[in-house]
Amino acid sequence: MQTVVSLADVSMAFGTNRVLSGVSMSVSEGSVQALIGANGAGKSTLIKILSGVYPEHGGEIRVDGRPVRIDSPSVARALGIHTVHQRIGDGVIPGLSVAENLVFDELSQPAFGSYFSLRKVLPRAREVASRLDLGWSDAVLRRDVFELGIADQQLLLLARALDQQPRMLVLDEPTSALSMAEVERLFSVINNLKASGVAILYVSHHLSEIDTLADSLVVLRDGQIRLEQVRPFGWNEVVRAMLGEQVLDEERSITERRGLEVRLRLFGVRLRPGRPPQDIVFRAGEVTGVIGLLGAGKSELARGIFGASPFREGHMELDGVAFAPHSPGDAVRRGVYLVPEDRAAEALLPGWSIGRSVSLPFLSSLAPRGLVPRGAEARRGRWVIDELDVVATGEGHNVDELSGGNQQRVVVGRWLAGKPRVLVLDEPFRGVDIGARAGISRKLRSLAEEGAAVVVTSSDVDEILQGCDRVLVLGDGVVRSDTYLHETDRDQIIERMSEIA
Amino acid sequence: MDALEVTAPVEATTIPLWERIRELVVRYGVIAITVALLAFFLGSEETFRRSTTLLSVLKYASVIAIGGLGVTTAMVVGGLDLSIGGVAGMSVTISAMTMVIYNQVGFVAVIAVLVAGALVGLVNAFLIVKLRIPDLLATLSVMFVVQGLKLVFVSGQSVSSGMPLPGGGTAPGRFTQDFLWIDNGFLGPIPVPVLIFLTITLVMWVFLTRTRWGRIMYAIGANPEAARLAGIGVSRYRAAAYVIAGLLASVAGLILSSRIGQGDISAGNSLLLDSVAVALVGMSVMGLNLPNAWGTSLGAAMLGILITGLTIAGVPYYAQDVVKGLVLVVALVFSFTLSRKKARYVSAV
Repeated sequence: MQTVVSLADVSMAFGTNRVLSGVSMSVSEGSVQALIGANGAGKSTLIKILSGVYPEHGGEIRVDGRPVRIDSPSVARALGIHTVHQRIGDGVIPGLSVAENLVFDELSQPAFGSYFSLRKVLPRAREVASRLDLGWSDAVLRRDVFELGIADQQLLLLARALDQQPRMLVLDEPTSALSMAEVERLFSVINNLKASGVAILYVSHHLSEIDTLADSLVVLRDGQIRLEQVRPFGWNEVVRAMLGEQVLDEERSITERRGLEVRLRLFGVRLRPGRPPQDIVFRAGEVTGVIGLLGAGKSELARGIFGASPFREGHMELDGVAFAPHSPGDAVRRGVYLVPEDRAAEALLPGWSIGRSVSLPFLSSLAPRGLVPRGAEARRGRWVIDELDVVATGEGHNVDELSGGNQQRVVVGRWLAGKPRVLVLDEPFRGVDIGARAGISRKLRSLAEEGAAVVVTSSDVDEILQGCDRVLVLGDGVVRSDTYLHETDRDQIIERMSEIA
Repeated sequence: MDALEVTAPVEATTIPLWERIRELVVRYGVIAITVALLAFFLGSEETFRRSTTLLSVLKYASVIAIGGLGVTTAMVVGGLDLSIGGVAGMSVTISAMTMVIYNQVGFVAVIAVLVAGALVGLVNAFLIVKLRIPDLLATLSVMFVVQGLKLVFVSGQSVSSGMPLPGGGTAPGRFTQDFLWIDNGFLGPIPVPVLIFLTITLVMWVFLTRTRWGRIMYAIGANPEAARLAGIGVSRYRAAAYVIAGLLASVAGLILSSRIGQGDISAGNSLLLDSVAVALVGMSVMGLNLPNAWGTSLGAAMLGILITGLTIAGVPYYAQDVVKGLVLVVALVFSFTLSRKKARYVSAV
């Protein structure tokens, strides 16, 4: 197997902050090289170097044995290095049709001419779509790209990259928004690509995916490669290399707790249009995991309880008293809180310190007369930092500059400081490293022990098994099963999740 | 699990010199330019050294500063208010009408102007918050409506004492002494408009930075969805910001009206651009890259020094706009080009 892209002693620093040092690795024709690392390990930086975003890195990159300088994204593409980024929204162009998005790289070339019509684009678009056997009809190709689901948008980007006949494909967390069936489809695409000789760099948090796909792996921590392995992989060693000396074997050893009194009761709530209304209870003193595929109704449930997108039908009772939040403000006043799904878009305030970020929802109690007392926000910030072991220089640390895992600790910690009666967390572990995940999980357990009702949604079975007392399986807007942890197991949950309605 | 995400220990590197210079420029650039301008004019122009001139600089700055603070408030919640100049112009006409045509005392005129300013703010708020029209477009339309309404009230005529009325007879009233005191009076050695300017700056600074309401407004400007999901009633605060902006614009109009002493229909025409300019200059003060009260007022003072100085030096008024524009460009370079912090002002269109 011939090496396609090799890196020798690649390094990168932002100001005084060294994020990559001495990284050497190579990716060969027709093989899948996995890149693993916790948040903040330097994976994104490495990907950006390969896609031409950071030309001013140290060290050397060779393509087919020749040293190259990847000055810009277009140089990267010309060299045959194509990247499909984690954030799909960054890749598709809203307002254009599916077809135009498929051939976008050509639209912007002068050779295409200054006049274009959908009719002119369609034949090429069909050709590009056929690279992945997408099987999209002309009607689909004519639609606005935003009418495609997120999974199809991802496949669109992949097809677009493949049409350029890449030498190497970089896939950054490609499954983070996909359901299980979609993941399988993606995997078969990847296997086909591999067979056709494309070199693939596969970046992921999910060990099981790497186990299925990869031929070799490297583990990145603190900007350095800590471990290289070829099949068969030794996962214990991999996890150790990811986390340093920390070993996490507390997983699965939780003592199941059962809540006695009902905290929140939902009557006849409709989670998906046209699906039957549901009655659901959440008890104080336990952590309830809500699991389901994308589109099962998890976010609708979480946002409905919080009043962020109020339920259209049905009603709720909180501790036996009617509870009908029309806005998040109503819920917050009653001690019902939500950690939203998309941290950057829905929870973080760019440029804000930890102290101010965590105080924002509780300003009326911190500053009852209007003037915010000096130090009040800082104290609350320090409390959150201590309570959740946030790695930061202090409460004044800018939230933008924290790693994903630490940002999530701040976002969760903000609500802990407000004595929650019900705390709902929508996909709290997505894009969060294992360390932060375990830390937050432990905190949620002790919160439940102190008498709160905690609700965690996820589409990852292991996340649910590792921290929840009770498991609700949601499918197409319906509760498919409601069990305590010891009454069920992995296989049973997956079976319930994948049932066809 | 704590040390996981700390990056590897950094070698002790020193920050390069040009980095440090850039940091200094970003923080103190606007202040340095202001001081330099002041020193230059003090040194080169005899007339500039008189204390009356220095006070007149601040007097000149007061109207722009107060208008600029209105723009700043709208910018804090992530918007922009283009109706500031229109409201100030309307205030001039309304105050003149109240006193000259309806023969009321100055106090009534002040109340009428403030009520009108708050009402325009409410209309802006309604269009932006309820009808969901982007800030820039909503306030642009309101600016036109307000400018037109002002002319409709007075049939396109400037209002002055003794003017003939359409119904026959002449206008009975005149600008009263107490109203003229707003711009021409002194408290001790300090002109009243300068006092109003400094007081409003202080109040707005405390409001925006030290109270929970101001903090929440900044949160809305930083990320409105995150603010909403933190339990904040975003609409109410955005509405309040536009009402405050309207009120401040009408205060600027009061000073302007008192200065002119008649209902000049062209008054306030240039105020919008000056107000937006000083609010933008203010963002770059101390490298904050956020709309802020002291910055805006300093920006207005700088503009005052510049315009007064250039006038004394005999530079014609049309060339002064060129200089104004260049200063704005320099300030924007500090905020958007040199600063490491992303500037928080996002255009609504």
